[in-house]
Amino acid sequence: MSIDPSKTKLDSEIKHDRPLTSCVWDPKSRFIFFGAEDNSIHRLELASQTLTHFAGHDSWARAMAFSPDGKWLLSGGYDGRLILWPSDAAQPKPQANIEAHQGWIRAVAVSPNGQLLATCGNDRLVKIWNVQDLSLVRELPGHDSHVYHVGFTKDGTQIVSCDLHGIVKRWPVVTTAETEPYVGAAEVVKVEALAKYDTTFRAEIGGARDLAFSDDGTTLGMAGITNVTNAFAGIGEVTVILVDWQPGKVKLQLECKDKQRGTVWGVAYHRDGFWIGACGGSGGFLIFWKGDVAQEVFKLKLKTDARGMSLSSDGTRVAIAHSDAHLRIYSLGG
Amino acid sequence: MRCPYACGSIEHAANRRAFLQTLLGGCGTTVALTSGMGGMLLSNPVMAQQLKAGRKRILNIFLHGGVSQLESWDPKPNTDTGGPFRAIPTSVPGMHISELLPHTAKQMHRLSLVRSLDTKNNDHGRGQVEMTTGRKQMPGTDYPHLGAVAAKALTPDNFALPGHILIRGAGSSNHKAAYLGPKYSSVVMEDGQPPQFTKRPDSLTVQADLERQAMRQKLNDRFAGRRRTADTDAYAYSYEQAMDLLAQRDVFDITKEPAQDQERYGTSEFGRHCLLARRLLEHDVPFVQVNHSNYDTHHENFDFHIEQLGEFDLPFAMLVNDLAERGLLADTLICVMSEFGRTPKINSRYGRDHWGSAWSVLLGGCGIQPGAIIGKTNENGTQVVDRAVDHGHLFHTILQAVKVDSTGEFEVGSRKYPIADPAKEPIKELLS
Repeated sequence: MSIDPSKTKLDSEIKHDRPLTSCVWDPKSRFIFFGAEDNSIHRLELASQTLTHFAGHDSWARAMAFSPDGKWLLSGGYDGRLILWPSDAAQPKPQANIEAHQGWIRAVAVSPNGQLLATCGNDRLVKIWNVQDLSLVRELPGHDSHVYHVGFTKDGTQIVSCDLHGIVKRWPVVTTAETEPYVGAAEVVKVEALAKYDTTFRAEIGGARDLAFSDDGTTLGMAGITNVTNAFAGIGEVTVILVDWQPGKVKLQLECKDKQRGTVWGVAYHRDGFWIGACGGSGGFLIFWKGDVAQEVFKLKLKTDARGMSLSSDGTRVAIAHSDAHLRIYSLGG
Repeated sequence: MRCPYACGSIEHAANRRAFLQTLLGGCGTTVALTSGMGGMLLSNPVMAQQLKAGRKRILNIFLHGGVSQLESWDPKPNTDTGGPFRAIPTSVPGMHISELLPHTAKQMHRLSLVRSLDTKNNDHGRGQVEMTTGRKQMPGTDYPHLGAVAAKALTPDNFALPGHILIRGAGSSNHKAAYLGPKYSSVVMEDGQPPQFTKRPDSLTVQADLERQAMRQKLNDRFAGRRRTADTDAYAYSYEQAMDLLAQRDVFDITKEPAQDQERYGTSEFGRHCLLARRLLEHDVPFVQVNHSNYDTHHENFDFHIEQLGEFDLPFAMLVNDLAERGLLADTLICVMSEFGRTPKINSRYGRDHWGSAWSVLLGGCGIQPGAIIGKTNENGTQVVDRAVDHGHLFHTILQAVKVDSTGEFEVGSRKYPIADPAKEPIKELLS
């Protein structure tokens, strides 16, 4: 059955004691994990509505990903630490815990076959790791600003990364040792809409705050803020940039009819052909775009600003991390 | 306004001019001078040593927009307001600052923190005025900027450079001298460039310029003999200052610094401005302010503090270290201030808003106890719990650290003006 965005409704909400920063469903939709402004990750078991605390980071942890079977959670923190957790343990303890980046880890992604992990961060690096033991496979220098997000292509042969300057790069996936020459890295495109130097405040703003591929792997969606007129007040418009992956060209800039102010913090591709984004910055909204139409087909007002979003594997619900310390679950109408 | 000069002659005012003429004559031409009085004196090491000893200077670094105390001098990690950054140890045992300042952390044994500012203000304009004048802003009142006060109190007689220089990338552009008069207003180095109009037009020869100045002085002396006023003095002074600046142009040029120093300080605007500040302080300019912009981070405070403090940290630490190693820190007071701090509460956009109730400044160098922490905020930084102070206390402290009696008065015309707010006093335990 197809979803009907206009019938999206709030299913449930969980109150935490600190504002949330991120959230992600596990692949089997048993749990939702969320990060918060308390240097911890928390697991919500949906059936029992119980919360379990994952302590191990020494700063906010916004980056999370799972092994395809859902057994392992990988988290990256602003402390630069990468931690491997047994996702369903009653009393979770880190299976591995390493200093992975200098400065913030901004994103982590697991390859479709579950063997490799890609991470990125403020040290301008993309790194490839073995999921099993968090041993380093490859360090990929090349960005000249903070790397905001990273992901694998659907076929698992390439890694995509996007930095603060809107530079999108592709990296062939390798499993060879660091001593072997690395070839094939390339800049795909510079997304001008995701790069801004604010001359008044003398600072950079931009980058992909989240990214997702369409189911057929041909289109990359990158979430963020565009048309920024005041970086320090966050005055800019929500956007999702669609990139035609193989030729490496921006094909469409998704926006809101009313030029909604804010930042899209989470983006997902829905199998029914929707791009779904959750934004914050001037109130929160859940926004649905369809096909190759730049403007939204539906926009739902959320209770407060969204800071992260995750689509359940069955495509029926989204979880949203909110700034008012709530995790909210919405069912997509249909 | 007629001034009650102690003697009725013009010799009093002519001293400075005579000195300049001697200077010019001794060096042949004005353009041949490269370092003016400072340079001339420095060419005689004994004389330089004697005259420079005890000469005080102030370096004020103004972080425009309001730097977050939680991301700099008063981190509160693992609290509801702490944000994502960790605290790191410094060169002072027990003193921690934000991990965003690793280079500055190594210089903290030369510096001190005041963590208990309660300035009761969240407005940018008012904060700039109050922090740099040491007075509460009131309608109809106008107080001189710290730089003007320093220039008035610390500029040696016959000093050939401006006493109050603002190196501006962005931020405030006009440091008022108020009742002290325009002579003490800031000379602005816009984007670190030499002050405007300090280059002699190519069409004007040195000889023609000297003759022109001589004619102007002759006419001016005749006029001053009969109708001398503060305004005519300021007018005459502006000419003399322009001549001085012309002669001193190289002092403003950091390309005259060794290549390795230029490389060390880097190509960032703030790095270049720190090197320029060092150069000016080495030439004994009494007050130099460097503006660094911007910290007004209502949105994505943490990302922007990485960016801005990342630009600040290394050049600032290098400047502190260089001043210390060159023996200048003992006579140079360093202050790092903003118009206010930022809210402990993190807003929904990962921003922090304006907050004047509990924030920090950094002081160090001349007259300041090194490695001290004054005052304290509560566990999550929402309020001062020990030794609350404000801009008035800070103003007294800065001046007394450079041996200016801040409880004294400036006599301007027939009126007396308290140098600093008489209702406030210095932070005595911070003074060395």
